[in-house]
Amino acid sequence: MGAGHAHKLYRHGHSPVHALPPHCKLAAVLCFVVAVVSTPREAVWAFAVYAALLAAAAAVARIPPGFLLKRLVIEVPFVAFAFLMPFVVPGEQTELLGVSVSVPGLWGAWNVLAKGTLGVAASVILASTTELRSLLLGLQRLRLPPLLVQIASFMIRYGDVITDELRRMSVARRSRGFEARGVRHWGVLAKTAGALFIRSYERGERVHLAMVSRGYTGTMPVIDDVTASRTEWAHAAALPALALVVCLLGWTL
Amino acid sequence: MHVPDGFINAPVSAVAGVVAAGAVAVSLRGARRELGGERAAPLAGLVAAFIFAVQMLNFPVAAGTSGHLLGGALAAILVGPWTGVLCIAVVLLMQGILFADGGLTALGVNITVMGVVTTVVAYVVFRGLTRVLPRTRRSTTVASFVAALVSVPAAAVAFTLVYAVGGTTDVPFVKVLTAMTGVHVLIGIGEAAITALTVGAVIAVRPDLVHGARGLAAPLKLRVDGELVDAPAAPAAPPAPAAARSTRKVWATGLAAALVLAGVVSFYASANPDGLEKVAADKGIDEKVQEHDAAGSPLADYGVKDVSDARVSGGLAGVIGVGVTVAVGSGVFWAVRRRRTPEAPHSRTTESV
Amino acid sequence: MSLPTAPAPSLEVSGLAYAYPDGHQALFGVDLTVARGERVALLGPNGAGKTTLVLHLNGILDAGAGTVRVAGLPVGKRHLAEIRRRVGIVFQDPDDQLFMPTVREDVAFGPAAAGLRGPELEERVVTALRRVGMEEYAARPPHHLSFGQRRRVAVATVLAMEPEILVLDEPSSNLDPASRRELADILRSLDVTVLMVTHDLPYALELCPRSVILSDGVIAADDRTQELLCDDELMRRHRLELPFGFDPRSVSVPRP
Repeated sequence: MGAGHAHKLYRHGHSPVHALPPHCKLAAVLCFVVAVVSTPREAVWAFAVYAALLAAAAAVARIPPGFLLKRLVIEVPFVAFAFLMPFVVPGEQTELLGVSVSVPGLWGAWNVLAKGTLGVAASVILASTTELRSLLLGLQRLRLPPLLVQIASFMIRYGDVITDELRRMSVARRSRGFEARGVRHWGVLAKTAGALFIRSYERGERVHLAMVSRGYTGTMPVIDDVTASRTEWAHAAALPALALVVCLLGWTL
Repeated sequence: MHVPDGFINAPVSAVAGVVAAGAVAVSLRGARRELGGERAAPLAGLVAAFIFAVQMLNFPVAAGTSGHLLGGALAAILVGPWTGVLCIAVVLLMQGILFADGGLTALGVNITVMGVVTTVVAYVVFRGLTRVLPRTRRSTTVASFVAALVSVPAAAVAFTLVYAVGGTTDVPFVKVLTAMTGVHVLIGIGEAAITALTVGAVIAVRPDLVHGARGLAAPLKLRVDGELVDAPAAPAAPPAPAAARSTRKVWATGLAAALVLAGVVSFYASANPDGLEKVAADKGIDEKVQEHDAAGSPLADYGVKDVSDARVSGGLAGVIGVGVTVAVGSGVFWAVRRRRTPEAPHSRTTESV
Repeated sequence: MSLPTAPAPSLEVSGLAYAYPDGHQALFGVDLTVARGERVALLGPNGAGKTTLVLHLNGILDAGAGTVRVAGLPVGKRHLAEIRRRVGIVFQDPDDQLFMPTVREDVAFGPAAAGLRGPELEERVVTALRRVGMEEYAARPPHHLSFGQRRRVAVATVLAMEPEILVLDEPSSNLDPASRRELADILRSLDVTVLMVTHDLPYALELCPRSVILSDGVIAADDRTQELLCDDELMRRHRLELPFGFDPRSVSVPRP
């Protein structure tokens, strides 16, 4: 799960990647990941090229490798799953470090690890070079339904407010000597969750009143819009275009 | 539980994406009705923020381990199925983009499994139970428990089905099913207990806010019926048929698109055997593969039994998979809507003098 | 009836009564007129119906009986958009009011909803933020601001709509003394009609020459703020209490 602060991944900067319009970046990352996922797993070299491409993108974005690697931790549960594969998948067995493992299982583990890691890395580069606000504008620009963008933007605006309320309630509980230790304390925690829901819902009603008071009639006025020039599109397209070439080569070679 | 990229193959991810998009489109309309027009955006946004926050609330189990709420069932019961699907979908979208939690290409799978299946299953079970049980608060809590309990393994089963059709590694279907359901029944018990307790806590204080318990508390209902915001609640009845009709249109388009995509994409995808099959064919171990193929579902190994042509069989599997999903989904949505139509949307506001 | 040159009062409430749908009646015939440019404090104990009254001023609640007029315009469905532009309500919790991702967009929300675009909109936003001294925070997300700053931005969001009347719900609540004084300076510098709902009696005395007491759903008193605060009997009757050691007689207030 993500951490408390709404956008921990973002790194302030002025690199060329930071400057690209958000919808170009979103589209580029999505296309890149699609290309990666469609690549046959036997083309091991292709994944090395993808990794090199991402490393280049990260370098242009001036993201330190350590930062990128640290964020890959999010994958850990699936790494565990991948490590199980060689042992549970039936098929031809082979010896690896003296342990008998299955060949298709190894391929499966490799496939999930390689593609998953590349996907996370691409998303991390996107998230660390794009401000929250521009991500929302980018989604809006990519023709996501306006109501969905509005909901997402309210969620982001109030995510912190509500998480803070949760934290304050937890501090209040602990100040009175309550420490949740096991299943028998679930009732108290559930009461917290219930109270949090009521507060959130009532705040939603108050926010609505505040919006209506300033002339809201169901649609958000467009205050900011993002546009992209042809050059910007071309720059953003470099990554997925190269990936597509690699993917096609992976199929033919 | 967030599925990363590369776990499910591209064609099935695309189909799941279309299914998810269709479900979100339908939910957008439904949520407007559930929450009352222009109030939908702020209320659904705040509920999404609530789900996001409550997933961080740790419930200690024992000996240092702890779990957290997934929230699908809770959202469905507290704010209704449409808003529930929408909120979970937005949470997943934001987790994917902001935290790289769950692959971008797997977003469709994640929304379908964790958003749509969980929420809809929970709501249908909940509705069914509240209809059968006596109309008391205790029944609502019991129904919440069972709904949440069923919803989590249901999501696991849905995931296993998706995996059987489009998994990139051929872990035997039955093994996956057993492992997934086994683990998730346990998780489901935790989810059920927390959901039921939370719903109970809300009902004790503000029963009017619990979507699934509307019309339960007679004395408070007066206040629920209370109209305040400038939009009068009266015009609820007339637009309903129109909305239903256009919903049907959305469904039809979504279904058609999904079927075409599934058929066409899988047709081509299956022309190039998956890596595993390739390896298997090279090494001459097809026999073994066929063996667990038969052991699994008819759709296992992404092809239909007794259909010899690989391409046709792959395409057919895709179409059947989508068809079943959409049929079940529409049936459920239809049933839910039919039950909901007579109710006028309530809107209320609080006085905070 | 009035001379054509005399401007209509900013706010004219007459005979306003309202009962919530659950049957609880909050207002029992409120009469209140606020002339253009006046600063009036609305005092009253908890549950007197202050917030209910405020929600009538921009048509969020519909009058059960009686009328509300803003600058001569009756509040009702027909003029709702115009009324909401002219009545700027600053709610108690700035987090409820600041719902957009950045300060700038939040301030722009109202004018943009009214149809303003481009440089004109930008100009409005900058002016409003400058009036509350927050122009350099335009690009910040609201939750990164202090509470006092958020309250000031909340005032700016409303000022950007160039309202006829500014209605503030408990403007001094939760503010530290410095933020409290800064807000007072801002409010004094504004050239708009102000209706201020408050429990903070020294604040009312400092800012508003005139006060009205809303009690049990009616206006129970309407006079110069100092006169009201010095009337011990009246104050006690309406559960209004001055802070310890504060003597309204000792404060010299400029005569209007």
